[in-house]
Amino acid sequence: MAKTILSVDDSASIRQMVKLTLTGAGYTVVQAADGAEGLARARDMAVDLVVTDLNMPVMNGLDLIRELRKLPTYKGVPIIFLTTESDAAMKQEAKVAGATGWITKPFQQEQLVTVVRKVLGA
Amino acid sequence: MTPMDPSETFRQEAQELLEQLEQALLDLEHAPDDGDLIDSAFRALHTIKGSGSMFGFDAVAAFTHHVETAFDLVRKGKVTPSRELIAVALAAKDRMRLLIEQPETPESAEGDAILRDLKAIVDASDLPSAGEGGDAPVAAREQPAEITWRIRFRLARDAMAMGTNPLLLLDELRTLGSATIVALTGEVPSLEVLVPSDCHLAWDVMLTTSQPRTAIEDVFMFVIDDMELSIDLLESGEEDRRIGEILVERGDVAQEAVDTAVSRQLPLGTLLVESGNLSPDKLTSALAEQQHLRTETKVVAKGADSIRVPAERLDELMDRVGELVIAQSRLTQVAASINDMQVKAIAEEIERLAHELRDTTMGVRMVPISSLFGRFRRLVHDLAHDLGKQIELTTFGEETELDKTVIERLNDPLIHLIRNSIDHGLETPEGRKEAGKPPAGRITLSARHSGAEVLVSIIDDGRGLDRARIQARAEEQGLLAPGVKLSDNDLFQVIFQAGFSTAKVVTSLSGRGVGMDVVKRTIEGLRGKIDIASTPGKGTELTLRLPLTLAIIDGLLVRVGKARYVLPLSAVEECVELSAEEDGRSRGRSFLNIRGDLVPFLRLRELFQVSAPADPYQKVVIVSSGEFRVGLVVDQVIGNHQTVIKSLSKLHADVETFSGATILGDGAVALILDIGHLVKLGLTYESQFMAAG
Repeated sequence: MAKTILSVDDSASIRQMVKLTLTGAGYTVVQAADGAEGLARARDMAVDLVVTDLNMPVMNGLDLIRELRKLPTYKGVPIIFLTTESDAAMKQEAKVAGATGWITKPFQQEQLVTVVRKVLGA
Repeated sequence: MTPMDPSETFRQEAQELLEQLEQALLDLEHAPDDGDLIDSAFRALHTIKGSGSMFGFDAVAAFTHHVETAFDLVRKGKVTPSRELIAVALAAKDRMRLLIEQPETPESAEGDAILRDLKAIVDASDLPSAGEGGDAPVAAREQPAEITWRIRFRLARDAMAMGTNPLLLLDELRTLGSATIVALTGEVPSLEVLVPSDCHLAWDVMLTTSQPRTAIEDVFMFVIDDMELSIDLLESGEEDRRIGEILVERGDVAQEAVDTAVSRQLPLGTLLVESGNLSPDKLTSALAEQQHLRTETKVVAKGADSIRVPAERLDELMDRVGELVIAQSRLTQVAASINDMQVKAIAEEIERLAHELRDTTMGVRMVPISSLFGRFRRLVHDLAHDLGKQIELTTFGEETELDKTVIERLNDPLIHLIRNSIDHGLETPEGRKEAGKPPAGRITLSARHSGAEVLVSIIDDGRGLDRARIQARAEEQGLLAPGVKLSDNDLFQVIFQAGFSTAKVVTSLSGRGVGMDVVKRTIEGLRGKIDIASTPGKGTELTLRLPLTLAIIDGLLVRVGKARYVLPLSAVEECVELSAEEDGRSRGRSFLNIRGDLVPFLRLRELFQVSAPADPYQKVVIVSSGEFRVGLVVDQVIGNHQTVIKSLSKLHADVETFSGATILGDGAVALILDIGHLVKLGLTYESQFMAAG
């Protein structure tokens, strides 16, 4: 069965790109526009991987990661965050919060697939 | 929703973001301290930059980058959102809109002016100039040679809870080259205190790769800050490194511990583990490293004309060829039943090709035995030193080739036998002088082809085996009935019995006999045999008779009752008819007169308890094992058959009469008879008969 990836981003274009890329790579993608919505979706359904932006309205990516790690069902589920080069401190904070890895923006579609494969397997 | 061009989505989204930005900037004018407004403006800029470059709007991304940097400083409180700044930002926003709507807009003074103004305002707060993080030019890289790394890593305790899967890391390492992976389980706590989500394992990976070190580090990219990781270069030039060296270099044991253990003589690793200086998993890992280097350097050393192929691919190839050979036999069988010359011609052609392919494939797996003999120089040298003996080692037939898997599995038995010859066979220099021999003992290793077998001999010129002592000891241990007279070879085989030892005190090194049962089992596992010849005072010669390959043999197909069986053709000497007269004689144990020699024969239909009536003209296949012969009575000799050996399941591993199974042309399964065992069985009958008679 195809693995399900939750993509959380306030940017519709990024969401669309993530969806196109990962669907093309054989994954099922569900989407949320901010951390709060992402958390709600994650509570509703089991997902195999979360890819989240950090800067988002309502609930940012850091808080989302912290909340997810509090859920027993999200122990061990990889969480990848999208970050920019300039966010070195943010990266450290995200890791402490419980993120598994990161993708530096801007990224190419292949990079996204590579990282997803890296943490999720083929 | 119909799928849209992502760049169109970006355009739409950017418009919304620009409006959000404008609104925030205008509001900021009245509430310069409002953090939410600043955040909102920053987020809009951040997203436009990030998405812009992702969707090919490079000009927008580059331009927005400067504005974003400025607002990052605002966010961090280093720059105040002054009226001037907001004015410039609004101008920048208009510029961004233009660049998004018309990405082809050439660079203009207008844009530069905005950025200059922005910089001027921000520079008042000492902003370091926004560095362009352009890609460093990629240096032209030549194809580097393969090198071997030792990677030891232990993940953070909570790594798995944080979503890291160690298996995927190992898989990724495997994609880099040829890897040997050993899990270190030493720190796994006992079950009652084990937290299943914690990661207690560590791993040693020996990786031979042409990838640079950074490629290995990249595997651990996400976890490298929170883990133990060491990546060390291994000297691949040293083909045969001693286990002690490896362990000391890894920091797993102290040099002193190794020295102490060495002084007690071999095997080093076991001693270190026994003495508590080393955990068993670390020993396993060091041994794996030794093996890894041996295999890798061997392949690399072959030079420019050869290519490296992973061993399992060769095994796969062999398997496929095996299947092909089976399919080809079916074809031949079908062709024989269809009376069509064309089909027959094709079948013959395929048969020829299949056989050639089989031979070529087997040739690919052949490795000269020199790779094995080379390792023993060091062993002999070390043992001579340790035991205070002088030894000359001579080797013959190093170019003799054997199947790769056979060679690999020969290593341990040979080490054992050589060690025994040196330890027990060879006398001390003083002892040799007394016996009128030169002080230096001689050990000869030789390999040679003999039909479908390879003979590997270990010859020493020591004191020889003590017949009387072995016999006495064997009787004492109940391995031999008292007073039974056996040929030399048979009596000497006793030393391969489990538990047999002539030594008075059993130490880790004592007695020809300790571990010899393991040697025998290993050799028999290779479908080989061990012959022993020994002359008191002159020395001992042990000869391993090994099949060339384990995968395919030429077989003789026979029928007993309704079932068909395969006899290895190499063991078959001749086929004769069982005359009615001989058949009529006593059941079970009988003899045939083969040109003056009495050969015992076994009725397979009795052995296999076949109830169907026997064929009127039964045949006897004379097979030999070593110097002994036995006749096997069958109903019909069907003929030659290429046999792809499939091993029996674990469940049947103890069935001695059969050494394997094969699939016949019509898809039926035929068992392969173990000649060595049947000959032994025949000889037992013979001795019973002699005893009775």
